[in-house]
Amino acid sequence: MSINRNLTNEQIFLRDSVRRFAEEVIKPQAKDLDEKEEFSYEITAQMAEMGFLGAFLPEKYGGSGLDYLSYIIIVEEIARVDSSQAATIAAHNSLGTGPIYDYGSDEQKENYLPQLAGGKLWGFGLTEPEAGSDAGNTKTRAYQEQGEWTINGSKIFITNASTDITLGSTVLAVTGQQPDGRKEFTSFIVENSNPGMECRQMKGKMMWRSSNTSELYFSDCKVTNEYILGKRGDGFKQMLATLDKGRLSIAAMGLGLAQGAFESALNYAKQRKTFGRAISTYQSNAFKLADIDMGIELARNYLYEVCRMAARGEKITKESAIAKLYCSELAHKAADHCVQIHGGYGLMKEYDAERFYRDQKLLEIGEGTSEIQRLVISRIIGCFD
Amino acid sequence: MNLLVCVSRVPDTATKIFVGPDGKTIDSKGVKYILNPYDEFALEEAIRLKEKNGGEVTALTVSADDATDILRNALAMGADSAIFIKAPAEPDSYQVAHNIANSVKDKNFDLIFFGRQSVDFDSFQIPSMVAELLNIPSVSVVSKLEVNGSKVIAERDIEGGKETVELSTPCAISAQKGLNEPRYPKLPDIMKAKKKPIEEVAFFQVDAAVEVISIALPVNKRVGKILGDSDSDINEIVRSLHEDAKVI
Repeated sequence: MSINRNLTNEQIFLRDSVRRFAEEVIKPQAKDLDEKEEFSYEITAQMAEMGFLGAFLPEKYGGSGLDYLSYIIIVEEIARVDSSQAATIAAHNSLGTGPIYDYGSDEQKENYLPQLAGGKLWGFGLTEPEAGSDAGNTKTRAYQEQGEWTINGSKIFITNASTDITLGSTVLAVTGQQPDGRKEFTSFIVENSNPGMECRQMKGKMMWRSSNTSELYFSDCKVTNEYILGKRGDGFKQMLATLDKGRLSIAAMGLGLAQGAFESALNYAKQRKTFGRAISTYQSNAFKLADIDMGIELARNYLYEVCRMAARGEKITKESAIAKLYCSELAHKAADHCVQIHGGYGLMKEYDAERFYRDQKLLEIGEGTSEIQRLVISRIIGCFD
Repeated sequence: MNLLVCVSRVPDTATKIFVGPDGKTIDSKGVKYILNPYDEFALEEAIRLKEKNGGEVTALTVSADDATDILRNALAMGADSAIFIKAPAEPDSYQVAHNIANSVKDKNFDLIFFGRQSVDFDSFQIPSMVAELLNIPSVSVVSKLEVNGSKVIAERDIEGGKETVELSTPCAISAQKGLNEPRYPKLPDIMKAKKKPIEEVAFFQVDAAVEVISIALPVNKRVGKILGDSDSDINEIVRSLHEDAKVI
């Protein structure tokens, strides 16, 4: 971690400050919160205080005014110690505030963004029980009657949507048919105070157990035109652009988790002795650690470069898919090696290895499975033309 | 309140240190530098006093290297402005103290804070030297501080106990761990620190009082050997004392 990869002095200082916060505030509680499957309002408030909730929002909305790479570094540093807290921050910034900032009207931005930078959370309602990667199969519908919209349907696996400090969610719904016969999608802003929306927390997760995950149910949920995000019919386009950037957050989580698992494995391997020698001196372990270090170095260079592309406004559909795919598979391998190197202890909750091993699995599934990432890449390189 | 915090740029305590080719300096290649940990307590105390009583906090450093990074760190924590005195070569404590005293003598600081020591050369000298040069009272290794107008009550750690002293402003205080819990710099403050002013002040020439002749890394302690009480073990002890340690 000594190489600074063309980071600015502010980015280096910011990384070191976030790392210290993560080590001193989050890490000591991570195991316990995971065990209890408990969302921490206290840590979330501390993270809000640090400016993590409005990371890239401009100052006028109460944000921290960071560039995109700095935001990614925050997610990476938190994921290095705890994926659950990193998930809260990543989902809130890239899926919660991101679309409101990118597509919201001035009134919507002024109304919601300062609250979302200051400690309130926001969800992004896209996935449905029968529409994950196949978002075109969305069943949630909204119809318009005398200037009022009525939404019916449900959403599932929505991060941050049902905490006591959640203000609302952005919800994708089918609002009709386009002239070419395809479905018309529109995004709606739905506040948690709306009696037509019910938010139910989902329990029993394997991973990210101290982050909040919810189901949303809409039964004749009424909103007016002012609650449309952007323009009617823009929903699908907004969603695809949001996911392009969202993949970078997941990549950052993979990179951070890989780094955490790598450090944990290396420390253990240097301490633990078998047959009179540290187990890091056995080639079978040394090569595993060398492989992960190599993967982390390459992943970090690539992810940071894609963030710089995104900041310049370049199209990053393929690059963000590659970053997400590579970093999440790297995290898988790192966590696997980490448990293996810990041997029997790696199977026990007492060591972080066990939590890393569970937490990494989401990364190959959420925000587009690894299979979908390969599909995105193979399409763009022209395999199906 | 007009508050000054003198800070120092030191190698990260987790960094592996190597001696430079001249045998007198640290090889700075690949070394990560940080704000001296004790200075964080000093900064935090000054910032709290400002938040309570109003006023300004200035951070100051004297360094042969570009130390604007640690000054930005101080600004991100809450200092309002900074002074950077660039030394032509690694200064000794006497030169640093003279430079601090010279640059602040007309600035009417109520309190001047320091960390109790900087963790690189550990001389412990600068706070008292500066106070002496400015002819103001000083108290070192302070773990609790109360400021009421011009009256200052400081509790300091002494061997096996605490000592409470009273003095009046202007004065110099060196901070001990436990004085407070330093804050984490918040992201918006890190961004704002970029825009805060860092004034560069020319080095005040004064001869060094101490010359470094050499520095060396501590010799690794030899690892002890534990042997049993069998005849072969006893033979091994005799052999080892005779051949390895060469004491018999």
